[in-house]
Amino acid sequence: MSYRKGKALIFEISKAGRRAIDLPACDVPQQAIETMIPAKFLRKDPAALPQVSQQDLVRHYTLLSERNFGVDSGFYPLGSCTMKYNPKINEDACRLPGFSMVHPLQDEESVQGALQLLGNMEAYLAEIAGMDAVTTQPSAGAQGELAGLKIIRAYHRHRGENRTKVIVPDSAHGTNPASAMVAGLDIVEIKSNADGSVNLEALKSAVGPDTAALMLTNPSTLGLFESQIREIAQIVHEAGGLLYYDGANANAIMGITRPGDMGFDVVHFNIHKTLSTPHGGGGPGSGPVGVKRDLIPFLPTPVIVCDDGKFRLDMDRPLSIGRMHSFYGNFGVVVRAYAYIRAMGPAGLKQASEDAVLNANYVLSQLKQDYYAPFDQLCKHECIVTSKYQQQYGIHTLDIAKRLLDYGYHPPTVYFPLIVEEAIMIEPAETESKETLDGFIAAMRHIAQEAKEDAAQITSAPQTTVVGRLDQAAAARKPIVIWKG
Amino acid sequence: MSWSYLPHTAEDRKAMLAAIGVEKAEDLLADIPADLRLDRPLNLPQALSEPDLAKHLAALAGSNSDLQQYTCFLGAGAYDHYIPSVVDHILRRSEFYTAYTPYQPEISQGYLQALWEYQALIAELTGMAAANSSLYDGGTAIAEAAMLAAGVNKRSQFLVASTVHPHYRAVLNTYAIDRGYQLNEIAYRDGMLDDRDLQDKCSKAVAAVIVQSPNFFGCIEDLQAVVDAAHAQGALVIAVVDPISLGLLEAPGKLGVDIVVGEGQSLGVPLSFGGPHLGFFATSEKLMRKIPGRIVGQTVDGDGNRGFVLTLQAREQHIRREKATSNICSNQALCALAAAVYLNTVGQEGFQQVADLCLHKTHYAYRQLTAIKGVEAVFGAPFFKEFVVRLNKPAAQVNQQLLADKIIGGLDLGRYYPELADCVLLSVTEKRTRQEIDRLATRLEAIL
Repeated sequence: MSYRKGKALIFEISKAGRRAIDLPACDVPQQAIETMIPAKFLRKDPAALPQVSQQDLVRHYTLLSERNFGVDSGFYPLGSCTMKYNPKINEDACRLPGFSMVHPLQDEESVQGALQLLGNMEAYLAEIAGMDAVTTQPSAGAQGELAGLKIIRAYHRHRGENRTKVIVPDSAHGTNPASAMVAGLDIVEIKSNADGSVNLEALKSAVGPDTAALMLTNPSTLGLFESQIREIAQIVHEAGGLLYYDGANANAIMGITRPGDMGFDVVHFNIHKTLSTPHGGGGPGSGPVGVKRDLIPFLPTPVIVCDDGKFRLDMDRPLSIGRMHSFYGNFGVVVRAYAYIRAMGPAGLKQASEDAVLNANYVLSQLKQDYYAPFDQLCKHECIVTSKYQQQYGIHTLDIAKRLLDYGYHPPTVYFPLIVEEAIMIEPAETESKETLDGFIAAMRHIAQEAKEDAAQITSAPQTTVVGRLDQAAAARKPIVIWKG
Repeated sequence: MSWSYLPHTAEDRKAMLAAIGVEKAEDLLADIPADLRLDRPLNLPQALSEPDLAKHLAALAGSNSDLQQYTCFLGAGAYDHYIPSVVDHILRRSEFYTAYTPYQPEISQGYLQALWEYQALIAELTGMAAANSSLYDGGTAIAEAAMLAAGVNKRSQFLVASTVHPHYRAVLNTYAIDRGYQLNEIAYRDGMLDDRDLQDKCSKAVAAVIVQSPNFFGCIEDLQAVVDAAHAQGALVIAVVDPISLGLLEAPGKLGVDIVVGEGQSLGVPLSFGGPHLGFFATSEKLMRKIPGRIVGQTVDGDGNRGFVLTLQAREQHIRREKATSNICSNQALCALAAAVYLNTVGQEGFQQVADLCLHKTHYAYRQLTAIKGVEAVFGAPFFKEFVVRLNKPAAQVNQQLLADKIIGGLDLGRYYPELADCVLLSVTEKRTRQEIDRLATRLEAIL
């Protein structure tokens, strides 16, 4: 199978004497380097960077890009990740010299447009979430969680209360307990009901005078709306704790319902999910955090304030949790999300959420004959099926995921949430057409048929990709993480 | 009303609702309690058409003073280096930027290989045995390194040079404070950390000594001396470095540094008002399994073909939850891709050339400026691409006047170091021409 030939490394195509850019000659008088820097500080051996021509360099990366799958390549129903279309004008926007070629420490007077954009964005996100103030500083959802938990901790401490326990349902994203750990808080995990909803009895027995917060995703990580949210909020608030909203699933709720109205005190957004900014192959994302009024003094610094139409960065916030980022977060990502909100408007955002919910329910309705649907009810923006019916043929969720590759689809999220055995979590974002969904549904049905008739087709998948299934165990046992020549 | 990002026609929606078995879209929201429903439209500006949006964004961007029109001598952790044309052409390949974390390696080989090559390049620059595929930025990379060190040697104090970027120290403080860690500062003398103060404060309680070189003032610290002092007490050394300086300065790995981190923005990433940038993170083989964030490893498929996967995932939050080495989930993959393309574009010779150009131009600027009456040298230590001078007028006022001449002056250090109230930190990258430097000197001479 010759098409499975590996791609040469950039180090393997390097040849001494080649270069991919012509740099200018030095136009200032030069001194001997040793007169400026003592010889003991100088590098003995130059860094052995590759030497390639510009053509070879561009071809190297072009070939690599062809060995990669993005939203622009095809359907990417990765649950919990909201792989929606990334509008191209957003890419143009963040590259405007007035945004991309601005230094973060320039005089405030000279960056009023950038500060205004951030200020407007804070107001838009506060409105969408039903919160009183927002910071766009956190770099990603996980850092948003950390910022939010630190704010909660600082709030309790300021009130003279030592609350250190964060309640996290067992259905939560892994970042929730990990962020609580990094915030120096203790984690109390509570069992969820079978449908992923919060078990109120478990919650009641978990809360107490040491409860700092409950972290919750709504819709839940199972894609189901937590309709007891009012009772949950009441239980936590009566115990003196606060409610944290993990915004990973906010694509289901824009203009429909708001975390602030549900009783949440702190929220984070993943704007690379909900607000269409590209995932970049794993980042950069952006994780703005919104808070209710009482928590505003604790927001990270600097805080953007507007006095008489003039924006400035306020550092004088004695109760602030401090700085979370070297500057103001992933500004270039926020610019893209700003462009998205302005393109969609209030009605467009609501329509986007409604269509996301429509797509997920449609996919579920079409798959549940062939795949076990553990929650055969209304879902929100994502749905879950499993490989339960296929296991009698020796087919597991991983096999189905790999077989989907042969049909040209990025597989859904698999084996998450952890509380559903062999989960296949499908999030068909609102930017996908009915025809695309029908194609995916047909492929899934075809795989269900193959499971009965020709299981080996599935267990040996993928066959059409540039490499076959890779040996993960070997990679972890003896890690090769750099080029050794 | 229709939106170009939403494909459904009225007929599509109708057909899909019928297939689900409900009448109207509203029925799909029946599980949301009525009293939680937002009963009004969101209070946001109405939708803009694409041409109107383009116009609006251009106007907003146009109200900033950008570096296409202004000559920048401001650095302090974010630098106006030249970005080769090819970098953005590669970044715009949407197979890269519209992908997510490569959870499915068979259809993500392109990105995995690119990130693996990035790791290899960072390891080569820093002289370390392992690197991750990036963290959020320089500040958080330092915080993550400090947490790693405390976890490894079970100590709770960080000894941080006061010559480390004040924002980095602030981020470190934010991360450390709720974990019960203490930060202790090493004083500075003549622009460098005070080695006597280091000796005095370095004890068996110190988890890590954190030093930046070239430091915040642009001065080159004696990393070897710091390593010797720290290791004598069993403390790790975390070196924060400017990657461009590694075209000229010794690789920290060669000097015994345990963890090398820093801000990678200089490597082909736009300033973008402070982000997205990237934090790089490199360490020894010994500490490899404690690294925070994503790591790409090489392996083979069933036929023995070389391939790449995310590896050592047992460290990470999605597997280990509260026992993970960090809560980080994403990285700055696209910025790491930019850094790799940048390094491969300039190549071995070009990389040294960029560093040399920075050095010569910075020293030229230093000589021209310190020859002006009213500008005075502050430190005597060797420096790379930044330096500090004292002005005989308030820095803010001088910068205002420079701005009127389309020059962005140095950082007013009084904000961070009260004793340096009348001092500015100036940066000169390879992009600055002799003409621009001379113009700065001429203008300063007129102002002061």
